[in-house]
Amino acid sequence: MDYPTTSSLLSWMIFTPMIGVGMILLVLGLRPFLRLSQAFADNFSRTVGLLCSALVMAMALAMWSGFKGGSSAIQFAHHAVWIRQWAVEYFVGVDGISISMVILTGLVFLAGAIASVPWWGRLDDAHHPHFSKKRVPGYWILFLLLETGVLGTFSSLDFFLFYIFWEVMLLPMYFLIGIWGAPPRVEAGGRVRGGPYAAIKFFLYTLAGSVLMLLAMIAIYQHSGPSTLVDGTRTLHTFNILHLTKMFAAGSFSVAPAVFGLTFMHAVFIALFIGFSIKVPMFPFHTWLPDAHVDAPTPISVILAGILLKTGMYGMLRFNLQMLNGAMEWAAWTIGVLGVINIVYGAFVCMAQKDLKKLIAYSSVSHMGFCLLGLAALTPQGVTGCVFQMFSHGIISPMLFLIAGVIYDRAHTREIAGFGGLAERLPEYTGMVGLAFMASLGLPGLAGFIGEVLVFMGGFGATNHAFRGLVAVGALSVIITAGYYLWTMQRMFLGMLNDKWAGLWDMNWRERITLYPLAALTILFGVYPAPIFNLVNTTLHALLPVVGGAVIR
Amino acid sequence: MTNMGASLFAILPELVLTGAILVVILADLLLKARPGRPTAVAVLSCLGLVGSVAAIAAVPGPGAGTSAFGVMIATDGFALFFKGLVYFAAFFGVILGLMSSEIRREQYGEYAILLLCLAMGMGLLAAARNLLMLYLGLEMVSLPSYILTGFRRGDRRSSEAAVKYVIIGAASSGLMLYGFSLLYGLFGTLDLTRIGMGITRLLAGPPTGEHLALAVATLLSLAGFAYKIAAVPFHMWCPDVYEGAPTPFTAFLSVGPKAAGMAALLRFFLTAFGAPVAGAVGGFPWQVLLGILAMVTMTVGNFAALNQENVKRMLAYSSIAHAGYMMMAVAVGSGDAVRSVMLYLPIYLLMNTGAFLAVMAVRERTGSELLTAYRGLGSRSPYLAITLTVFLFSLTGIPPFAGFIGKFYLFAAVLKAGSPFFNVVAVVGVLNSVIALYYYARLVRTAFFEKAGEGEGAVALTEPSRVMLTVLAVPTLILGIYWGPLASLIERSAGMMR
Repeated sequence: MDYPTTSSLLSWMIFTPMIGVGMILLVLGLRPFLRLSQAFADNFSRTVGLLCSALVMAMALAMWSGFKGGSSAIQFAHHAVWIRQWAVEYFVGVDGISISMVILTGLVFLAGAIASVPWWGRLDDAHHPHFSKKRVPGYWILFLLLETGVLGTFSSLDFFLFYIFWEVMLLPMYFLIGIWGAPPRVEAGGRVRGGPYAAIKFFLYTLAGSVLMLLAMIAIYQHSGPSTLVDGTRTLHTFNILHLTKMFAAGSFSVAPAVFGLTFMHAVFIALFIGFSIKVPMFPFHTWLPDAHVDAPTPISVILAGILLKTGMYGMLRFNLQMLNGAMEWAAWTIGVLGVINIVYGAFVCMAQKDLKKLIAYSSVSHMGFCLLGLAALTPQGVTGCVFQMFSHGIISPMLFLIAGVIYDRAHTREIAGFGGLAERLPEYTGMVGLAFMASLGLPGLAGFIGEVLVFMGGFGATNHAFRGLVAVGALSVIITAGYYLWTMQRMFLGMLNDKWAGLWDMNWRERITLYPLAALTILFGVYPAPIFNLVNTTLHALLPVVGGAVIR
Repeated sequence: MTNMGASLFAILPELVLTGAILVVILADLLLKARPGRPTAVAVLSCLGLVGSVAAIAAVPGPGAGTSAFGVMIATDGFALFFKGLVYFAAFFGVILGLMSSEIRREQYGEYAILLLCLAMGMGLLAAARNLLMLYLGLEMVSLPSYILTGFRRGDRRSSEAAVKYVIIGAASSGLMLYGFSLLYGLFGTLDLTRIGMGITRLLAGPPTGEHLALAVATLLSLAGFAYKIAAVPFHMWCPDVYEGAPTPFTAFLSVGPKAAGMAALLRFFLTAFGAPVAGAVGGFPWQVLLGILAMVTMTVGNFAALNQENVKRMLAYSSIAHAGYMMMAVAVGSGDAVRSVMLYLPIYLLMNTGAFLAVMAVRERTGSELLTAYRGLGSRSPYLAITLTVFLFSLTGIPPFAGFIGKFYLFAAVLKAGSPFFNVVAVVGVLNSVIALYYYARLVRTAFFEKAGEGEGAVALTEPSRVMLTVLAVPTLILGIYWGPLASLIERSAGMMR
């Protein structure tokens, strides 16, 4: 019996949002009979949504405190047979790769939930209907469903289960962007853009990636060796990610037939990598991201940037690095180059943006490039930097999108050039923007710096010395990053106040509740990153290639 | 099992169905213009179908290789499974017909009777082990189909569709018959198993002119199957017929005959060519042929569906694409592939019937099948819109809906074949699912992301529609998460043929 159930906490956490969905559905079903008002159903849904998100966060913290950082073993495992014919199991658990992401999920969804209610502050929606007052129960059902999907993705240790959760993330996102996002508008050249367009683009891109993943998953299953289910039944093949990892390490797949001229391992590596890189998103598959971000409502952008992009990176760590470890060195250089393209290309595109939200979206492309570069370096600092960058970007990018939401809710525009001198009217907001921008551009003392510097150090230590060139290019692009942030700061907040914006008001409590904790964490992890390192290092470093008989430490 | 009594017992489901048809005809005549006549006819028809499904369980020895009337009709698990499936499809056809205003009340009796005859034809087609029986089954499915397609006599589209259907149907069954006659000429028998042995013997020998004759005969026979399951290049009738036929019949047509045709196609190729798939049949690349047809079918279906403004027509092209997905597995022809098709079809029955039911419900209220009639459906009729979404995304094949499990089995069977050719087929197949997402999502987008136009009020769902939508949507969701029982049923039924 491998990996027996040790705790059901993780399962409770994954499905707590589903309990919330059930409660909302129940109230919707009972509404005609109990003559409940629309307002009651709306407020009930919001309350349930907030409570469930808070509960998940609490359980995530409980797991953090119970997690043994010095071990690379699976913890909080919950393991049961699901579909015997296919050896599919319900197997969830966390190790150093996933625990930080599970915690981040709780945090980002809580921030997103708070940003999704119209309470605790003035909301100017007389002429511009606010998304938080539109089809409220439906919004929360999808929001909670999305949370279950993300949590499940990060904790599944059965490939089939992983795939189901991975796809479950798609549908809610599609509707959340399409219904609650920006209405369709005609842009220059007659192109119709807006929520519906962005939603289907997101859906098509991601599905294209995941069907490749599906083929790879089936192929891996069919060529896997005999295994046992958790109840001791012997099976011919397995979806168990940990068993598969061992089989790959033991070379069981070396007898599998070549696919399109590539060895089996390389072929599935490429298929999985493309699937994940669309979600990251990696150049040249990134074009869905700016559209989705610009047209999604604020909390959905927060979740998209804060956590959904990380699922792609997580997939690379779990599958490309851990399971297909033997092919990682083969692909490292390509991944490194693509990562640097992401960094530099994203940064340059940011310089050209006129829309604040689009700028932040492209900055995500740039920052996720650091994760790719860190992963490709295959050194302890590199992979730790990769995961830390995921975590810090998961705190900073939600701040940035919340900030964009703050100004959009007031001015109903995000055109950078249209503002000016806002510092005078909105001092608190300006301070928060300054902090977020500085964190994002990698100012020492804030969380963004740690990830970047570790990635650079890791790149310099790579066995392939050509990585130093990549690191140099990536490091120089930090100047461009600083350039676009400072330039944006200058155009929006400094100089003369445009009279049009004289009526704007500073941050309200809803915005404070979301932004201040994130800001505090940015500073905390900027000066004291050790808690994250303690979670991830043991598991991650065990995965690195053995060079010259010894693991590089 | 050659004695007559046992053989009669083996076709108990058909006998029950025949009895039901007679009872329904009598009831329809006796009840004349009584108000309860359509309901009574529907109840009797459903009882008949349920009775035949129950009789399936009573048929003795559903083991491999059993048959009745010499080797005319198979009674193996495979045949029984498909009989049950097509009777279920007919069951939904009967109920949907009762709910639709496209079938005039006074004609409902004829509709139900024709549908039951068709169901029997499908059952025989799925069980045929002899080319003659196969042809009879095919025609018994086709003839009522022609009549039911042109059922709305006053409607020009309906009549046009029926004429097209008859012409293409006649042409392709002519081709098929010619192919059968060549097979008879080559091997001197109509029995599929003996033909299979003949083929093995023929291909083991040196290449002669007879190899060419066999290739021609196979191609011609394939024409008939391709027509029945609406595969390229015999799919041209499909969009027009689906659009013109009354919607409840379209819903049935897109599933029932397709399932029966798929069963016949599987049996034909696996019995006649199956032997050791790759080895003995090396001379004749029927797998590659079917694989290419599958890829072309799904690609043509999906691309043609992209810009359809009529939802029924769009679903017609989508059903062509689904025939293509299933043909991938037929081309592989392994035991896994047979099981995957057997799993796909019941799921397809649920989701496709559901989608057509939603189309019917919208048509009942708005009188339109166009995409524009679905604008704002999400607020005009939330339950209808949500269930339609479930069916459409299930058809796309994404979790957690049953359609994904179906696709998963198909692709698993194709990948297991392991040859480079089938790897290409699998990649083309998954990319096709992405293309398909675009048009299914287009309908969802119209329903949820677009606002209703002026004067487009709520679409009130009738209580029967609501119940039927639930009946179809709930298993579509459940099978997506827990399909173990269905998989074991198929495991038991798949013991087939030889």
